[in-house]
Amino acid sequence: MSASSDNAARPAAVLDFTPDVTWAARSRWAYRDVMEAARLWRLCWMLGWLDIKLKYRGSVLGPFWLTLSTAVMVAAMGGIYATLFRMNLHEYLPFLTLSLVLWGFVGAVVNEGCNSFVQQETMIRSERMPYTVYAVRIVLRNLLVLGHNLVVIVGVFAVLDTWPGWNALLSLPAMLLWLLDALALSFLLGALCARFRDIPPIVNSLLQMAFFVTPVIWKPELVGPDRAWLLPMNPLFSVLDVVRAPLLGQVPTLMVYVSAIGYSALLCALTWVFFVRARGRVSFWI
Amino acid sequence: MPTEIVVEGVSLDFPLYHGNARSLKRTVFSGLSGRMSSDSKHRLVVRALRDVSFRLGRGDRLGLVGTNGAGKTTLLRMLAGIYEPVVGHMRVAGNVSALLDPRLGMNMDMTGRENIKLRGLFNAMSQPAIRRMEDDVAEFAELGHFLDLPVRIYSSGMVIRLGFALATSLRPQVLLMDEWFLAGDAVFMEKARGRLEDMVRGADILVLSSHAASVVRDWCTRVIWMDQGRIREDGPADEVMDRYQGHKMTAISGQDD
Repeated sequence: MSASSDNAARPAAVLDFTPDVTWAARSRWAYRDVMEAARLWRLCWMLGWLDIKLKYRGSVLGPFWLTLSTAVMVAAMGGIYATLFRMNLHEYLPFLTLSLVLWGFVGAVVNEGCNSFVQQETMIRSERMPYTVYAVRIVLRNLLVLGHNLVVIVGVFAVLDTWPGWNALLSLPAMLLWLLDALALSFLLGALCARFRDIPPIVNSLLQMAFFVTPVIWKPELVGPDRAWLLPMNPLFSVLDVVRAPLLGQVPTLMVYVSAIGYSALLCALTWVFFVRARGRVSFWI
Repeated sequence: MPTEIVVEGVSLDFPLYHGNARSLKRTVFSGLSGRMSSDSKHRLVVRALRDVSFRLGRGDRLGLVGTNGAGKTTLLRMLAGIYEPVVGHMRVAGNVSALLDPRLGMNMDMTGRENIKLRGLFNAMSQPAIRRMEDDVAEFAELGHFLDLPVRIYSSGMVIRLGFALATSLRPQVLLMDEWFLAGDAVFMEKARGRLEDMVRGADILVLSSHAASVVRDWCTRVIWMDQGRIREDGPADEVMDRYQGHKMTAISGQDD
């Protein structure tokens, strides 16, 4: 009678929980979680897109408010800091624009990652869904924001006629590294914050501090050549620079690449260990 | 692979991390004797399920009865795989649909149509199948133009209708249902009954948690009576229901004395 007879729900699956929970068994569940989420990529994509759409539902410009507000911020901060630091606007503005837009992505992933599970309590409690979906949702949502802000970057390049050249392509593989890191962060922070409710404010204040410690609004050259080796000590600098430097027409140093990959590997390993251990407990924590 | 549910010696503890554990300890310990406890790491836990075992196969219709807080919903959530047991063995084979709360994890800010689409994507349905589901749900829930408005502005009746239509548009092998599902105004229930029965008949296994004795007697062949997280009785529906209702009557008259 109804058109629904062919909606045979999901492919049949087996949930089998045995009493002896070994590391290997837990790893298999974690792996299965990731694979199931990969199969639900259309769902992840729509969740991320709807998040953006919902935020701007009913507004005239819609998501392009993101573009506009970034443009206004860049214009204002560019003017002020170029004067304060006595910088050549031609050189400084592209740097600042890239930094602010990219930092915006990092900051949002960290802040929203803290809520990746807590905020989805009703969804988590109403049906079994791979936890990876929630983390992917945060990453995709912010990737879309980044996409809208790309317009500002291209705009600044066009106005000042400072195109980065072919080196810019080096930022693409670095971007993949970012996505992996972002995914790891959303899961790690999301699960940690579900368990320990004091973490979000701590993360938030650390992030504010990191904004000033990391060369985001000030150029890394300012530390001077004899102290340049200190920069890669800050994971955020290395990770930021592998994407930013190519877009400014430079090639990041080997040290920056090595440390960025090293920090990312560390983060991913840490997350995997935590994911394997905590995955089954998240629904008890929220 | 045959559809089946196997639960053997499963216990489930809820750790209480949030809120002031110390003051909570004092107030709750006195009230819920036996249900609260500390685990090996001295964390405060609620013993939601205790040594639960049963086995269901194709064609089984299980009813769960018991007072509020007896562990019925926790058991349903565990069967749905939302809470993963670490003590005991649980095996659920077949695709599962869990109808646990009327909102079904719907996002209230999204439109009805978007919620339908998400549900379809979650079940890995194809685009045409999702479109068919949209039409099917829209027609049954009688939402009209509301389908393209946020669920937030729906009346509570409309939310229930949407949730119901959405849930019953799937054909799961294992159907887990909480009692809210059978709540609704009389006119709606008249219309809903056929659709619900259709889905229940199509399912290999039904697990239904309800307070309404008539519903359990109508729909279930077997009943598990839960009490304080344990199985108190397990048997043919009518037998267990007779004793359960008799027990309830004495409990009430006992209070009156």
